[in-house]
Amino acid sequence: MNTAPTASPPTSTLELHQMGVAELGAALSARQTSATEVARHLLARAHAHSGLGAYLALNEEATLAQAAAADARLAAGERGPLLGVPLAHKDVLVTRDFPTSAGSKMLQGYRSPFDATVVARLAAEGAVTLGKLNCDEFAMGSGNDQSAYGPAHNPWDVARVPGGSSGGSAVAVAARLAPAATGTDTGGSIRQPASFCGITGIKPSYGRCSRYGLVAYASSLDQAGPMARSALDCALLLTAMAGPDLDRDSTSLEHPPEDYTRLLGQPWPGASAARPLQGLRIGLPREFFGPGCDADVLAAVRAALSEYERLGATLLDIDLPRTELAIPAYYIIAPAEASSNLSRYDGVRYGHRAAEHGDLLDLYQRSRSEAFGPEVQRRILLGTYVLSHGYYDAYYLKAQQIRRLIAQDFQSAFSHCDLIAGPVAPSVAWAIGAKTADPLSAYLADIYTLPASLAGLPGLSLPAGFGAGRMPVGLQLIGNYLSEARLLQVAHQLQLVSDWHTRTPPPLTPPCPGTRP
Amino acid sequence: MSLSLQEIERLARLARLRLTPEQALDAQQRLNGFFTLVEQMQAVDTTGVEPLAHPAAVLQPVALRLRPDVASEPNQREANQRSAPAVQDGLYLVPRVIE
Repeated sequence: MNTAPTASPPTSTLELHQMGVAELGAALSARQTSATEVARHLLARAHAHSGLGAYLALNEEATLAQAAAADARLAAGERGPLLGVPLAHKDVLVTRDFPTSAGSKMLQGYRSPFDATVVARLAAEGAVTLGKLNCDEFAMGSGNDQSAYGPAHNPWDVARVPGGSSGGSAVAVAARLAPAATGTDTGGSIRQPASFCGITGIKPSYGRCSRYGLVAYASSLDQAGPMARSALDCALLLTAMAGPDLDRDSTSLEHPPEDYTRLLGQPWPGASAARPLQGLRIGLPREFFGPGCDADVLAAVRAALSEYERLGATLLDIDLPRTELAIPAYYIIAPAEASSNLSRYDGVRYGHRAAEHGDLLDLYQRSRSEAFGPEVQRRILLGTYVLSHGYYDAYYLKAQQIRRLIAQDFQSAFSHCDLIAGPVAPSVAWAIGAKTADPLSAYLADIYTLPASLAGLPGLSLPAGFGAGRMPVGLQLIGNYLSEARLLQVAHQLQLVSDWHTRTPPPLTPPCPGTRP
Repeated sequence: MSLSLQEIERLARLARLRLTPEQALDAQQRLNGFFTLVEQMQAVDTTGVEPLAHPAAVLQPVALRLRPDVASEPNQREANQRSAPAVQDGLYLVPRVIE
C-alpha cells in the first residue's frame, strides 16, 4: 500500500501507519520506535496520498521539532499514553505552527498567535502535530464539498464524499495517514464523517472541551472531539482534550477532568463477565428507524444492535417525537449564530481584503463576497433574516423554544433507558457533487445527528459494518449529559467482540484526482 | 411566506455582502425553499416554553461566568498584526472615513 521511502528500516516502518494510538503509545514507551521515526513515516504517507485531499497544510520542520522534543522527553524517562504519538487537527482549530484557513479563502494563510486549548492540551501530553485537515468552509457542510480548497475523498471509494464537516479528519484516520485526529461537531460534523469513513468519533457534551481557539460557527452548538480507529483511542485523546477552561471559554463546564478510559473493559454495573452488558437498556427511537432511513443502513445498524443483545443489553423502543423539527430549529439557530460570528471578517484586522475598494462599506462588502463561498453566504443571509427586526420572535425565539422541547424529550427518554442508539445518517456516503447543487437535501440528511446537538448531549459513532457499495455504516450512541465514559465503555464492548473497526479501505491506488492545497 | 428579490438585497446590505443578480436570484430560491421546512415549526404550540440558549440549562440554570477584570495578556500586537491585510506604525489601515 505504501512504498514511500523513509530513512528507517523497512521492517518496523511497514507497521507504523497500521498502529493506533494505544499501540503507538506503547511502542514509543517501550522505545521500540521513536516519535521522529513515526512522524517521518506518516509525513511520507501524507505526501504519497495527497490526492485524497485530507491535508490542507503540512509543516515538516515544525512536526519534526515537536517529534524531537517528544523523543527528548522519552529519553529522559517520561512516559505517557500520547507522548510522541502523531495526530492531525481539523483546520478550524487554530495553531501557532501551522496556518489555519477554516477551509475558507477568507483565512488563506492566516497564522494564529496562539494554539487552541484542545491543541495545547494534546501538545502538553506530547502529541506531535502532523498538519491541518480539510473541512467544509467554517465547518458549514456535511460532505467536505464546501471547502474552498477542493473536496476530500472517501478512501473506501474516492468518488464519494467522506462526510463533513470534519471530512479531512475522517479521511486521514481511515486511510491510515494519522492514527487519530481532532474534529468539531456543530450538527453532526464528527459523527457523520466517522460513520461514512468507518472510524470512531465522539462529540462530547456541550462544554466539555474548550471552544477557545475553535473558529466560531455556531457558538451554542460547537464542540470539539476526537476521531480515531477505536473507542479506546478516542478515550485516550478525550482524556487529554476535555476539562474546564474557565478563564477562556464562558460556556466551559466546571466538571473536573476525567479519565475516559476508566470504564473500558469493565462490565456494566451488576453484570457478569460472560454477559458484560446485562442490565444496560438501549432505547431505539422509532423516529430513527422509519422509512426515511435506507434499508442497507438499517440492516447494518440492527445487526450491530443484535451483538449488543448477545452481550446482555436490552433493546426497547422509545419516542423522540420532535426529531423532524430538529432540522428547521437547527438551520435557524446555527445560521443566526453564524451571521453574528462571521461579522468579524471585515477585511481589516485579518483575513481577505479586496484588492480594489472605495469607501469602508465597499471594502467590507467586496472583501466578504469575494472570500466567502456560496454556502457560507447563504447561511449568513438566512441568519441575518431570522435575527432581523420583526422576525426574531417568529424564527429565532421559536427555534430556541423547540430546542428546549427536543432536550426535554431526551430527558423523558432517559427515564426509560440508559442510552439511545440508531443510525448516524439515513444513507451511506454519497457521490461527490450529488448534493452540492441541492443543499436542502444535505440538510435533511442531518436528521439523526441534529437532535443530540441541539440538546448538547454526547454522541458517538462507531463502525457497524457495511451497506450499499461496501461503504461503511456507523452506529450512533447518544448518552445523557456527562456520560462520555459510559458511551465509550459501551462502544468498546462491541469492539472487543467485533472487527468492523479494524477493517481498512482497499489499496489506495492509483492516486485519485484531487485538489492540492 | 416568500422573500422578494428586494428583501434579499436588503439582507445582503445588512450582512455586508454584495450579490450579483444571479447570486441574488439563487439565494432567493434557496431561502424560500428552506422556509417550506420552517412552516412545520410554526405549527408547534410553544406557549410558555422558555427558549433554550445554553444546552446545559435543561438540567440547571446556567450563569455565564465573568473573569476578574484585570490585564492578563502580554502585548501581542506584532503577532496579532502578522495576518493583517494593511498596517502602518502598528495601526490598521482602512479607507478614509472622514473627509
